[in-house]
Amino acid sequence: MSEQSKTILDIRNLDISFKTNAGIVHAIRGVNLDLCKGETVAIVGESGSGKSVTMKAAMGLLDSNAIINSGEILFTYTDENGAEQTVDLLKMSKKQLRQNFNGQRIAMVFQDPMTSLDPTMTIGKQIMEGMFLHKNMDKKAARERAIELLGLVGIPDAEKRFRNYPHQLSGGMRQRVVIAIALSADPDILICDEPTTALDVTIQARILELIMDIQKKMKLSVIYITHDLGVVAKVADYVDVMYAGKIVEVGNVNEIFYEPKHPYTWGLLSAMPDLDTDDDRLYSIPGSPPNLLHEPKGDAFAARNQFAMAIDEKADPPLFQVSRTHFAATWLLHPDAPKIEMPKELQARLERARKEVEKFK
Amino acid sequence: MSQPLLKVENLQQFFPISRTYTVKAVNGVSFEIYPGETYGLVGESGSGKTTIGRSIIRLYNPTGGKLTFNGRDITGKMDSDTRAMLRKEMQMIFQDPMASLNPRKKVADIIGEGLDIHHRASSRNDRAEQISEMLKKVGLSPEHAARYPHQFSGGQRQRVGIARALIMNPKLIIADECISALDVSIQAQVVNLMKDIQEETGCAYLFIAHDLSMVKYISDRIGVLHRGYMVEAGTKKEIFANPIHPYTKSLLSAIPYPNPEVEKRRQSIVYNYAASGIDYAKGTEHSAGGSHTVLATDEEFAAWTGKQ
Ligand SMILES: Nc1ncnc2c1ncn2[C@@H]1O[C@H](COP(=O)(O)OP(=O)(O)O)[C@@H](O)[C@H]1O
Ligand SMILES: Nc1ncnc2c1ncn2[C@@H]1O[C@H](COP(=O)(O)OP(=O)(O)O)[C@@H](O)[C@H]1O
Ligand SMILES: [Mg+2]
Ligand SMILES: [Mg+2]
Repeated sequence: MSEQSKTILDIRNLDISFKTNAGIVHAIRGVNLDLCKGETVAIVGESGSGKSVTMKAAMGLLDSNAIINSGEILFTYTDENGAEQTVDLLKMSKKQLRQNFNGQRIAMVFQDPMTSLDPTMTIGKQIMEGMFLHKNMDKKAARERAIELLGLVGIPDAEKRFRNYPHQLSGGMRQRVVIAIALSADPDILICDEPTTALDVTIQARILELIMDIQKKMKLSVIYITHDLGVVAKVADYVDVMYAGKIVEVGNVNEIFYEPKHPYTWGLLSAMPDLDTDDDRLYSIPGSPPNLLHEPKGDAFAARNQFAMAIDEKADPPLFQVSRTHFAATWLLHPDAPKIEMPKELQARLERARKEVEKFK
Repeated sequence: MSQPLLKVENLQQFFPISRTYTVKAVNGVSFEIYPGETYGLVGESGSGKTTIGRSIIRLYNPTGGKLTFNGRDITGKMDSDTRAMLRKEMQMIFQDPMASLNPRKKVADIIGEGLDIHHRASSRNDRAEQISEMLKKVGLSPEHAARYPHQFSGGQRQRVGIARALIMNPKLIIADECISALDVSIQAQVVNLMKDIQEETGCAYLFIAHDLSMVKYISDRIGVLHRGYMVEAGTKKEIFANPIHPYTKSLLSAIPYPNPEVEKRRQSIVYNYAASGIDYAKGTEHSAGGSHTVLATDEEFAAWTGKQ
């Protein structure tokens, strides 16, 4: 997390709507997001908050009913001649993206491995395919590299597994293959969209540790999409909390977990099961996210926010700066706002969390 | 203590695949559920949780063992009276609310189905009234009755599934991974709802899950299942404060804590059955005090509890 680290992906003011039979859904409402080289940014938020759409925009994978209202997605890379280039991915055609970026410099892993695998092709072939396509490797080299990758993602007996079809593997093994395919092009950025949500916790732990390990080895920059703050705590350097198509809080992982400022982040943290208390009741954020078919008036979180003030109904809060890296979009941070602390239960819990950290030191 | 509502004794459920190969999905599992309590059944996918649920509600014919529910033997062929009792008193909520709710039926008819089958509504008005009540109880509104499942979010659909089970006023609800597909924040809502309902109606739950974190909030007692065997069982406290079986330990250690400084330093414990030298078939039930039991050989038990 060095100060000089270079931005590799810079999403600016991204704004996307979808045309539907029921009307226009304003799904992404001005998203800004930075990813620096070698770091992991987690995007966290409830289903429907716009996490996948944001990253699909960068991959040129938006559904055909999407309208990009505004924004830039600037990607910086080193080209074949060693020169640094910055391009706006939103200005590229799908064809350009497919030929030069998508799957090569930027690779994506989805929640359901079966959506990325071809059931009729052996996994070895599927891993080698990208290498033939993008890297002009010969068959022997590609085969060696594919077996190496299968080993890297922790598939035992790689040589034997090479000839297996996807259905012959367990869910966890399939997701490893998908990761191997994503890595086969030596990407700069790996986007993981809930890669472990459908897996058992024990397998999730393995896969997360695997991605972190590979990241170190290959100097990957990773964007990690999840609704689970436990996963975020494990993998992220920086965290973007997303709600109703906006980033409502951003900071480094310690700022978000130990000094959260946005009431939505308070709610998400409080709703996490806590194995260290005898409480037999869980906090839950009341209500559900707004339907973006109707543009929210004021702060989109107001209706679920026990700390909402009159102004929340009228105006959407800007991002207030908390530290060099920490920002939150809540009127509670306005200098004129009454001093409001996070709920006591959460305070106590964060206190316990900090004590827990002391034990490790 | 009162009589158990459900008694599962040495349940076996095998699936013959070919003449020479049989999947032993459940391999001699025993536990009891008392009226009004929640029993949490956890284990990774393929460990046999769903099969146990389906055997208990008698979608399968158990290969071996004995099932007693509500004072009656429900193991073998049941008389029509027993079958009717089972159909009313035991209900199920499924993991994928979309797949388990008929997409062409209105929510009112999905929830009212049990009333219709068992003739439990005295008039159209009474039926509508009962459905309205139930919708309110699960945190939906009576207007939702005229909608179709696809018009709901995942959390709302799960509430419909709960309403459908509850309207029969059953004594036992089997909830098979009913929150696994939901966001963590919505899982909390559904778990709290289930607890409220239990307080009000006194129903018991068999709460099936693949991870232990939410199970902690809802269960009184917990059984840990692996490869068709109950490897450890006990009260919530016994399991969380003093896990003994290495599989239970690995399950607990795999839950990521929302505490980055700790989480980044922590490695989860890997449990590899094939390489562990453990053979569940050789294990017997060992008592670890109270109601806490562990499946182990004498040597394993001594090693795991440090009483060498
Ligand atoms: N093709 C589409 N047509 C209409 N709405 C869409 C489409 N794709 C996504 N959306 C809407 O955009 C919002 C954000 O979706 P998504 O990015 O998938 O959420 P997340 O990944 O955070 O769960 C949701 O409200 C979703 O319904
Ligand atoms: N109808 C069936 N026929 C054959 N095998 C089955 C059948 N149902 C389940 N199994 C097998 O039994 C084992 C346990 O499955 P299941 O009860 O679904 O596990 P869980 O619910 O814990 O994921 C698995 O190996 C599964 O493949
Ligand atoms: Mg998504
Ligand atoms: Mg199951």
